[in-house]
Amino acid sequence: MAEIAIKGVAKRFGGFTALHQVDLTISDQEFMVLLGASGCGKTTLLRIVAGLETPSQGEVWIGGRRVDHLPPRDRGIAMVFQNYAVFPHLTVFENIAFGLRMKKLPQADVERRVTRTAELMHIEQLLKRYSGQLSGGQRQRVAVARALAMEPDVILMDEPLSNLDALLRLEMRAELKGVLAASKTTTIYVTHDQVEAMSLADRIAVMHQGRIVQAASPVEVYRNPAARFVGSFIGNPPMNFIPATKAANGDWTVAGLTLPGPKSDRQRIEFAIRPEDVDAGSEGLHATVRVIEPLGPHTLVTCDVEGGLFRAILDSNAGVQVGDHLRLAPKPDRIRWFDPETTNALLAKVLNRP
Amino acid sequence: MSAVAEVPVAAVADARKAGDWLLIATAILLCVWVLLPIYLLIVNALSSPGEVTAFPKRFFPSFDFGSLSFFIEFAGVARALWNSVLVASLTMVLAIGFGAPAGYALSRFDFPGKETFRFLVLMTRAFPLPLLALPLAVMFIRTGLDDTAIGLALVHTTLALPFAVLITFSLFSGIPVELEEAAWTLGCTRWQAFRKVILPLALPGIAASAVFAFTISWNEVFAAAVLTIENRTLTAFLLQSLGESPLYLKFAGGAALVVPALIFIFAVRKYLFAMWGIANR
Repeated sequence: MAEIAIKGVAKRFGGFTALHQVDLTISDQEFMVLLGASGCGKTTLLRIVAGLETPSQGEVWIGGRRVDHLPPRDRGIAMVFQNYAVFPHLTVFENIAFGLRMKKLPQADVERRVTRTAELMHIEQLLKRYSGQLSGGQRQRVAVARALAMEPDVILMDEPLSNLDALLRLEMRAELKGVLAASKTTTIYVTHDQVEAMSLADRIAVMHQGRIVQAASPVEVYRNPAARFVGSFIGNPPMNFIPATKAANGDWTVAGLTLPGPKSDRQRIEFAIRPEDVDAGSEGLHATVRVIEPLGPHTLVTCDVEGGLFRAILDSNAGVQVGDHLRLAPKPDRIRWFDPETTNALLAKVLNRP
Repeated sequence: MSAVAEVPVAAVADARKAGDWLLIATAILLCVWVLLPIYLLIVNALSSPGEVTAFPKRFFPSFDFGSLSFFIEFAGVARALWNSVLVASLTMVLAIGFGAPAGYALSRFDFPGKETFRFLVLMTRAFPLPLLALPLAVMFIRTGLDDTAIGLALVHTTLALPFAVLITFSLFSGIPVELEEAAWTLGCTRWQAFRKVILPLALPGIAASAVFAFTISWNEVFAAAVLTIENRTLTAFLLQSLGESPLYLKFAGGAALVVPALIFIFAVRKYLFAMWGIANR
């Protein structure tokens, strides 16, 4: 049982603030992904939980125990590093056994646990080799096996797949998900790859400039971004944003279209829609086609809407040409609104929620 | 068109060929510059006394060990050799004992004045030893450190320490900090992680830097000559006594000094290159 609670954790490096007052609770056996661009503080937060970095303020609790003053070895964690950190002077067997030997387990137990985790990670035929004789993917497996062999309450992973090639990454991703679910540990996983985050996470915490912008399930993060940044960061291509001006209370004019939206005192807010949530038809936003990219199952169309770029994913058979004028009708339940100053999402009246 | 193009191509090829020849010639010249004296030294040390002064020289020595064995049995040589080994060993222990922790600290911790410290470490080599030797001799006589192995070893340590610090610094910097962090998360204290992970990986390099410190002390003559009287090291002893010796003995003594140092440096060349940032692998 290991719930992780991060309470008001901040980290400053000299004059630079890497983390501002982060609060996050991760429940037992949950798979939490910290997602963000490089420099957003996600790795710093992970290292604070691991005990490799001390927070400037705030508390870290693991399994109901305050740990922020404890060294890494007393926190009940295991960590997988981006460059694997497989000890080059030890065999694969001794690498996996390293933590168990530090716990002074009897030799029979060590052998049993090493063999079991090696089988789990499909590296049982590599146990006598050294790190220099392994491929990147195999080293990755050794690093994960070494962490799992500890049977920790919490596994921390710092971009563990980012050094693998694309195909191997896909394979390891599915395997990791299965192995970690079976091990019943609480996992914090740091990545900048949104597809990885989506596919692995129970919950994603999207980080930006040292803050957690939104922590929610992958679908929620995708469908209902809490802030403009989340919509523009997640999704490939990302969300489209168009300025909206007030028509009446609760009604907004967007590229010549009047749509029901949130009640707000502001005169201008932002309308947002995902590229796949528009249909080409006889009514909707006025768009001029600039670029057409056929992608097989569908076609990515880049248009001009109100002088800004707008990307739409249309059916492959839509038959659009460069220069065409289209009317793109947004699906009403998929429209989102953002406050341009706070950048937070504005809740529309009632009808928009799925 | 093609004629215009051909001329520069040919000219470039010529220039490149000339450059290659210049490189080869320079390399040969430098090799001769370094190797010829060593060759002559060894040939003469391994020749009988009569052959040393004879002309023309034989290309291969006659492997006459007369001069060398006479030199070894010469009164005081064994004692001087022992002193040299003792002082060099003490220097080695002191230089690594102080240098390796400093190198580790430089590679792993950020502290104010780190760059200045690295610069100052190197600056200690900028003071000419003759300038320091006399005040040191006076101080050593006052404290009773004069004419002792430990006193001389202290001076040699100040000479060897900058290299020990810089070699171990580059050594520890080459070991990813994640290895250490992984050991911490797997249950190690800082010291255990150092002993179980960093030390095994750094050991060959530390040994190399120890051998280098040994060689610096082994070769050092000025401080040894000034600060010792009875307990002369081999270099100081040779400086003093070989001046009046016949030529063949000078060669034997020179070879006895140079050859061990050469072997040591050859053994650790990889790590010295690493210190100077030259890739050798």
